Amino acid sequence: MSKLNPDFILEFSTDEEFNPNACINCGTCSGLCPIGLDALPRKLSRYIVLGLEDKILEEKESYFQCLLCKLCVENCPTQVNISSNVRTARNYINRKIYKI
Amino acid sequence: MSLPINHIIGLLSDNLKLRKSVLPLSKNSITGWAKGLNIPKNGNTVLYTGHMYQLMPSIAFLGKIIGMLENSALNKTLGLGRFFNKIINVSMFITWPSRKMRNLYDKRLRNIAEMLTRSGVEYGYLYGKEMYTGALIYDMGVDDVFIKHAHRVYQLLKDNGVTSVITVDPHTTEMLRDIYPKFIKDYKLEVKSYLEVLNEVDIKLNNIPDKDVVMHDSCIYARGLDVLNQPVKILEKAGVNILDLNDSKKLTQCCGGPIESLFPAKSVEIAKKRVDQLNKNGCKEIVSMCPICLFNLQHAAENTEIQVKDISEYF
Ligand code: SF4
Ligand code: SF4
Repeated sequence: MSKLNPDFILEFSTDEEFNPNACINCGTCSGLCPIGLDALPRKLSRYIVLGLEDKILEEKESYFQCLLCKLCVENCPTQVNISSNVRTARNYINRKIYKI
Repeated sequence: MSLPINHIIGLLSDNLKLRKSVLPLSKNSITGWAKGLNIPKNGNTVLYTGHMYQLMPSIAFLGKIIGMLENSALNKTLGLGRFFNKIINVSMFITWPSRKMRNLYDKRLRNIAEMLTRSGVEYGYLYGKEMYTGALIYDMGVDDVFIKHAHRVYQLLKDNGVTSVITVDPHTTEMLRDIYPKFIKDYKLEVKSYLEVLNEVDIKLNNIPDKDVVMHDSCIYARGLDVLNQPVKILEKAGVNILDLNDSKKLTQCCGGPIESLFPAKSVEIAKKRVDQLNKNGCKEIVSMCPICLFNLQHAAENTEIQVKDISEYF
């Protein structure tokens, strides 16, 4: 069973652009993403909102598969800054997991 | 066995930190394209190449090596490579592009510069002082290294009295126009792509294609920077027939290039899908406007009748 940590998002980023919690889970982004991964990008954002650190660790490479092409951003009904959020997630992974 | 992507990101960001580029090249490889063009060494407005065209042949070569390592036990050596690279520029030995490819990429830069000059646009060039912008490291999310580098680049521009730049690729344009201002206080620089500049002046193309073409819009130009109609207008004014495509403009699809150094096989798969989309209406000539798109789509179209050209090849 994964442990939820709703405060996790606070230590993740203080960037104004960082808005994964604006997502309404419609699935548009995952439907049109050219990478075709089950988790990219909707679930990856969800893991951050819910503070599912073990899931982030498990899927860490998926965050780096994103092309930052913004096709999802162009079509998101709630203006989630998806690709910018993915980049912020990479920064977290680099610092906390990869120690770069 | 997937690649140890932490070592690749580490090696590239170490290079930016220590050597001011992800893949440091010799001065001659960076500035050789400008030989004989007599571009002034300074000026308030400079052509800022950001090294993307010059780097592409080396990135392509590195991609090939990484592609070979992707499913090999040898990929463990990348960690060792990163360790030694901090002491000696190991990456220089693993990014040895062919001269033919380098000449082709240099020629595209020459075409852009010569077209600007022919059209009466005045500009200088910083030659060996010019630096890569750090775009790849920003995308990979190594922010502390990127931010320090961005300050270095901005200081260079200020020290040389540069107030306006003409860029040649979407990644450099995005960095200097949209990303640097987020990290640098009181940032002031006018940034225009050469496509925007050429769209405002009268130009004459020397090599008008004799067949219909289809445009591959760059994701960054189209969705991020609003460089959408300028390249179309430049070609249409010269009488080039551009075929319509659903997946274009704001809905353009990626060439796969951004993940080439971390997931080479996936990158090729995406590029092939994009070439198929662009070829949907049977068009055999694809026009791109970014060196990364150009390389990836050309690679994907190898052994087919489809030709992929950089828009500057019509200049
Ligand atoms: S398109 Fe936007 S709102 Fe819909 S799932 Fe994706 S991020 Fe959430
Ligand atoms: S930006 Fe990333 S998540 Fe969004 S469509 Fe492109 S590859 Fe998929």
